Amino acid sequence: MSGLLKSSIGRKVAMALSGLFLVVFLTQHFIINLSSVLSPEIFNTWSHFMGTNGLVQVGLQPVLIFGVIFHFVMGIRLELQNRSARPVKYANYKGSAAANWMSRNMIYTGLVILAFLALHFYDFFIPELTHKYVDGDMTGLLDPNNPALGYKYFTETVHKFEDPLRVGFYIVSFILLMLHLLHGFQSSMQSIGFNNKYSKALRVVTKTWAILIPIGFIFIALYHHFNQLAH
Amino acid sequence: MKLTLEIWRQKNAQAKGQMVTYPIDGIDGDMSFLEMMDVLNNELINKGDEPVVFDHDCREGICGSCSMFINGEAHGPDRLVTTCQLHMRKFKDGDTITIEPWRAAGFPVIKDLMVDRSAFDRIQHAGGFISINTSGNTQDANAIPIEKADADAAFDAATCIGCGACVASCKNSSAMLFVSAKVSQFSLLPQGKVEATDRVMNMVKQMDEEGFGNCTNTGACEVECPKGISLENIARMNREFMTASMKG
Repeated sequence: MSGLLKSSIGRKVAMALSGLFLVVFLTQHFIINLSSVLSPEIFNTWSHFMGTNGLVQVGLQPVLIFGVIFHFVMGIRLELQNRSARPVKYANYKGSAAANWMSRNMIYTGLVILAFLALHFYDFFIPELTHKYVDGDMTGLLDPNNPALGYKYFTETVHKFEDPLRVGFYIVSFILLMLHLLHGFQSSMQSIGFNNKYSKALRVVTKTWAILIPIGFIFIALYHHFNQLAH
Repeated sequence: MKLTLEIWRQKNAQAKGQMVTYPIDGIDGDMSFLEMMDVLNNELINKGDEPVVFDHDCREGICGSCSMFINGEAHGPDRLVTTCQLHMRKFKDGDTITIEPWRAAGFPVIKDLMVDRSAFDRIQHAGGFISINTSGNTQDANAIPIEKADADAAFDAATCIGCGACVASCKNSSAMLFVSAKVSQFSLLPQGKVEATDRVMNMVKQMDEEGFGNCTNTGACEVECPKGISLENIARMNREFMTASMKG
């Protein structure tokens, strides 16, 4: 097992497994976000549970952060290594003749997702950590304008979708996430060695998921944006 | 047919090469691409210029020598053919055709369009064989039952001619399709299974040492492979490599 990450196959399997882990995370994140459209109370309850439950905070959150950082660092390292494997470039290289755009541009779609994550951390993660662990109490999580609602997760989230520029960046990021997932999800199956008579059907499933989840996130953003405009 | 050829010319491994333009006339659609190159070289020799150096041998699509990157694709625009099987009727009168050598750190250019593909030989030496003594005491082949599906998959993998089109086409210059074909052709059969663990570990180690890139599953190798080697072989190699790593 030692030195597995030094081999090209070991690294690609690690990329696939961390990617699959992020797919699972994205699914649960989507379900919680979707609840904000259905009921502010449910969204608040679930968000508070995720933000304060010991198992989630101490057990799962560090794994998630490690998974995200690992996927990005490894992805960038592999890209640099792959570029150095062709020191003299072709004068004429028809990449589109044999491979689709998504598979050839994972690094670019990935980097936009990284930029989005930076904004996402600035918007939600860092303020919440400050409330919980620096201020040291939960009062910062309460909604001052709407005490009936209790916590302010819902109000805060909806407020972030007010600015059309932010919503625009959000939509662009999720379209690129879709392109990233359209290749990444099904490609992870090949990386972990799954390529047989069921692969065709599985590709339909992974591609459907890769399209539906980002569209769902975009729908939620637009829903809250236009809902606020209406009020 | 009148054509304009833009060909990579490079004096030797150390020299800095460049694309050189050659107009050519009188090309027949029934000529093979290499015959067109022969016509060009005859003209160059008659003019006292140095002919374009390129690898070629069998000229019937089985030796894997004719490594040319034509108009942005390995072995040109046609599918499931090598350069020697590519006909000039695939091009139109007045076309400009770019011809480059394979580009990869693992395949350094020797001269013009000829590259050093001995990295593939070293990968083969690392494990692409079976150690059973086959001189005179081999068992009758029909005495060893092998599932038809396995036999077919092994044979399909064995059709790899080691031309290097997979490396040349891959945006990462990855050699995974070649290595996986060589791993699969043995590991699917009982004689090859014995050394399967060492084989996959040693061949992948050698592949990595040769400076080829990592596979990102774009699938370009499979599309450009003149023998239609399937990505299933790469998945199989990934499985075998992971299992072998756990064991050892």
